[in-house]
Amino acid sequence: MSTAPGDRRRPSAARGRRGAGLPGWLVPAVVLALIVASSQVFFEAWQRAWLVFAGVAFVCLVLVVQEIEPRVPIRYRGLYGKVLALGFPLLLLTMWEWLSTSGVLNARWFPPPSQIAVALWELTVTYDRFNRTSLIGRPWLVPERLASEGWAGVAALARESHVWATLSRVAFGFVLGATPGVVIGMVMGLNRTVRMMLDATMSAFYVLPKIAIFPILMLVFANPFGEGPKIAVVAISAFFLVAISTMAGVQGIDKVYLEAGRNFGANRWQMFRHVILPAALPIVFSGLRLALGTALIVIVAVEFVRADRGVGFLIFYNWQVLVTPRMYAALVVVMALGVLLTTILQWIERRVMPWRRSPEG
Amino acid sequence: MALKIVATAAQKRFPTRNGWMTAIERFDLEVEEGEFVCVVGPSGCGKSTFLRILAGLDHVTGGDVHIVPGPDPTQPLNNVVFQEYAVFPWKTVLDNVAFGLEMRGIPRAERYRRARRWITKVGLTRFEDYFPSQLSGGMKQRVSIARALTNDPQVLLMDEPLGALDAQTRTVLQEELLTIWEETRKTVVYITHSIEEAVFLADRVVIMTAHPGTVKSEFRVDLPRPRDLSTMATPAFAALTGAVWEALRDEVTRAMAEQA
Repeated sequence: MSTAPGDRRRPSAARGRRGAGLPGWLVPAVVLALIVASSQVFFEAWQRAWLVFAGVAFVCLVLVVQEIEPRVPIRYRGLYGKVLALGFPLLLLTMWEWLSTSGVLNARWFPPPSQIAVALWELTVTYDRFNRTSLIGRPWLVPERLASEGWAGVAALARESHVWATLSRVAFGFVLGATPGVVIGMVMGLNRTVRMMLDATMSAFYVLPKIAIFPILMLVFANPFGEGPKIAVVAISAFFLVAISTMAGVQGIDKVYLEAGRNFGANRWQMFRHVILPAALPIVFSGLRLALGTALIVIVAVEFVRADRGVGFLIFYNWQVLVTPRMYAALVVVMALGVLLTTILQWIERRVMPWRRSPEG
Repeated sequence: MALKIVATAAQKRFPTRNGWMTAIERFDLEVEEGEFVCVVGPSGCGKSTFLRILAGLDHVTGGDVHIVPGPDPTQPLNNVVFQEYAVFPWKTVLDNVAFGLEMRGIPRAERYRRARRWITKVGLTRFEDYFPSQLSGGMKQRVSIARALTNDPQVLLMDEPLGALDAQTRTVLQEELLTIWEETRKTVVYITHSIEEAVFLADRVVIMTAHPGTVKSEFRVDLPRPRDLSTMATPAFAALTGAVWEALRDEVTRAMAEQA
């Protein structure tokens, strides 16, 4: 990754020197464009062809920024990359803010980021008396409740939290589904008979969108509105993904490792522990990552349909009452949950497979 | 000297869609204790199949191939140095080299002690905590050789161990291999397609024919030991490689014609 910009640097620097006028006329052109952009004529044109303008603006921006890169000392190239990676989304947010406060974008559908941030803060610190929920369960009340009601009070705080509701459903469902998924996948990978018997069935369930069986699960569980069917649907989604990728991982093991194991006298258990399991782990983990993403999709969808708390409920409820900033705030929370869960899984992955760390690390 | 490996009228056939494919037929070979035998032949002549049968990873469909067991029943019969990539990527150099001992239930301190002895001999002391992905091809193959030798097998089987390496690394490892072998004097069966490598290393070079794979002829290599790179410059070496190539040429052209 570090070589690519370096390779591109030289020809682009040469181009800068040969056509020294390029950045020279670009800067006034951008300024002119901004003046035009603020005019009334442009305002009307914008609403018809904003995609074209946005595209032209982006190309101009890339051209200008490209001219900057060769002038940055190599020492600061890493920092420069980070500034670009963070700066561009910040620019987009600023544009969004400006467009929706100035009325170019309809603020009812696309509230400015500042309003979303405020909504996120309000959601965090306030208690919704109507729904009897809060976003993160008001952790600042923990000492007080612990003193007055004991651990039951703390549990009640956790129960009112949207984040806790979603997180616990995903975590329980994921573990309950992934664990048997790994076991069944291993058995299917190792035993040809089991594989031939189960493969068609597994593939059939694999292509079925798991949300489709949610009504069946509501029938099966004693309390259709409880946690049971929600956790079960996450578990089932994770199970098939993990089982199928684990099977593929075991089947894909290079034969030479199995032969080396045999030649050095490994018995069945040693073969599993020292050869098959570690050799299949990379594919098992890519299955787990996939399953985690799917688990999040499924839980949000389920919470849309049938839940009185959870981030999916939060999105859907705020659509029903038309409080769009809170809808967006809930989306930010879902993104944060996704990042959090993926980071945890990556941390486990690095601990379990130390040999996959980069040679420098 | 006592016989260590005996193959009599060995035959190996594989079922294929168009009937049976014969890999090895009427294959006779005797290897003495402490002898270094190289098997050379055109690609697809069944030399690797023979090695796999010797290693117990495959079975004959006729005749008999066996290693004569030594007096110590706990000493493993054979270990294989596979072609590249057969070291476990998930184990460190130390754990790779100690693998055979670990499978035999030898306590950690003891197996690490024995493994470190061979790690030092193949010059990887600084790298014992490295994972194979951090090593070059030549270093990986040193790990593989050390793994086999640490297990102290009665017979060492090598399946084109240097085939995937570049020419310079290959030459260096050939010399190292000779030094190690002259120290241990293990019985070795070494598969290669390089005539120079075979003559340089072996006491005896066995030439195989293709389709069906059988022993065509044998050459005793009487070049004095210890050998080093200067051995390759002697007229005796040149004469031997010339003779081996003469015997092999027909087979190679025939194999190429069959593949075309």
